[in-house]
Amino acid sequence: MKLAALLVALCAALFVVSLTSGQVNASVGESLVALWRDDGLPLSVVMQEIRLPRALLAVMIGASLGMAGAAMQGFLRNPLAEPGLIGVSGSAALGAVLAIQTGLTLFFPLALPLAALSGAVLAVVLILLLAGPRGASITLILAGIAISALAGALTSLVLNLSPNPFAAADIVFWMMGSLADRSFDHVWLALPFMMLGWALLALSARGLDALTLGEDAAQAMGINLARLRLMLVIGTASCVGAATAVAGAVGFVGLVVPHLLRGFVGARPSSLLWASALGGAAMVLAADIAVREILPQRDLKLGVLMALVGAPLFLHLIFKTRKEMA
Amino acid sequence: MTLLALDRLTVRRGDCPVVDAVTVSVAAGECVGLIGPNGAGKTTLLRGALGLLPHQGQSSLTSMPGAQRARHAAWMPQSREIAWPVTVETLIALGRIPHLPRGAKPRPDDQRAIEAAIARMGLEAFRHRTATQLSGGEQARVLIARALAQDTPLLLADEPIAGLDPASQIATMQVFGRLAREGHAVIVSLHDLGLAARHCTRLLMMSAGRLIADGAPRDVLTPDHIAQVFGITGFWADTDHGPVFQPLEVTG
Repeated sequence: MKLAALLVALCAALFVVSLTSGQVNASVGESLVALWRDDGLPLSVVMQEIRLPRALLAVMIGASLGMAGAAMQGFLRNPLAEPGLIGVSGSAALGAVLAIQTGLTLFFPLALPLAALSGAVLAVVLILLLAGPRGASITLILAGIAISALAGALTSLVLNLSPNPFAAADIVFWMMGSLADRSFDHVWLALPFMMLGWALLALSARGLDALTLGEDAAQAMGINLARLRLMLVIGTASCVGAATAVAGAVGFVGLVVPHLLRGFVGARPSSLLWASALGGAAMVLAADIAVREILPQRDLKLGVLMALVGAPLFLHLIFKTRKEMA
Repeated sequence: MTLLALDRLTVRRGDCPVVDAVTVSVAAGECVGLIGPNGAGKTTLLRGALGLLPHQGQSSLTSMPGAQRARHAAWMPQSREIAWPVTVETLIALGRIPHLPRGAKPRPDDQRAIEAAIARMGLEAFRHRTATQLSGGEQARVLIARALAQDTPLLLADEPIAGLDPASQIATMQVFGRLAREGHAVIVSLHDLGLAARHCTRLLMMSAGRLIADGAPRDVLTPDHIAQVFGITGFWADTDHGPVFQPLEVTG
């Protein structure tokens, strides 16, 4: 419970910092007041229509990725599992890339996230068909790898055949992942999917705990594994698909956050779900603040920074694990 | 009271029946030892009975809905999996999952069952240790306690005492015997025929998927049966310390 309070406080503090960081200079107090003021002044508009949705999206995306990562690791009983494993983020990216390539995004701005979501949904249907109605988690991993590879190949093909260098550059930049220039449209588009995902993943908590003892024991304890897997795949896909649709590819959150927090919750998979949701939110908020503060003029991409921070963190974890094993 | 009834239970792998039309029923108060050589179908029989494998024939367990079955029968698989470094207490508490409403914290009843399981397996000293850092035999005892915490009328355990030290093996078999006397039923597969003879009230002997013998230990561990099924000779004696059975030589 102490951990919960700590993480909530951290998220709240980072949320406020996120709201008050950016190119428009104003004091914290002024900015926060402008959030509620309906006076049409530039600061109020910036706060309400640019920074608030941006901070909200950071929380939503971080929570989604963190929770999905914890759920995936719990389900596969493997600390190296991550939400991208089932191929949803790759397929969502493919959908987005197609929307940019075909110029759909020029006609209406939400074409990109909608196409990405369609890609994610398609991936879920495909993975459920490939992995079959029942069976071990290994078929799920194999199906996920196959779909990821296919989506990656098709994305490369689109880039390869792109006649328009601007579209290609757009695609590359979009794939780096960012929260810049997002609006409440993006929040409302992603929120229902994410809420569905959070609910499904939360419902799988008890099954994940039981799986600590293996698939056989869990099933004998009354856990319906086929249903658990279905909830998990759809929950993860809703979370990750929606996150990728509005922010592009943001890696490492789902992998690193559960890793960092596992020790603090006594390694219990059900507790790790909510802890990773809060931790993920804090991590994405912090990273999104950093991209604005480190190189304010250069539009540093969130996904790039996350990978830059995530990789060394991960190395640190490897060394820690090695020391424990020795 | 019958706690498990199998009627011509058959499990196939491809065309080959791994368990072949086994009919058996187990009543409260019985501590049943399931014996047979490697590949005889012991594990498959238990998993089939629980409905963990597709099967033909009837098992009284598979006609129950999953949640009800989990409150009727506990299962300790042979593969002793502990996926995460949780404490021993947390691991044993997982046995209460079938009894808890979704998302509920353990209630006093659950806590009592957890404490009873810890006490039965003598794990007080390990309570706060990390389960994954224990030795193999200690992990096995923790996993048995987990199954005990499920507090079901019927307990199925697949080679629970393999790899335990002699004291723990005997203590565990005594726990099973005591459970049976308290009105539970226990079915335990094992390879130690001496322990089976001493601690089980009844033995089921399997070979090549078929039930070869079913009855009191002295009626099952006959020279003919053990020669036919295990290819060994054995020595049986009724002593002041109870029945003693010792396998002797490989025949032929």
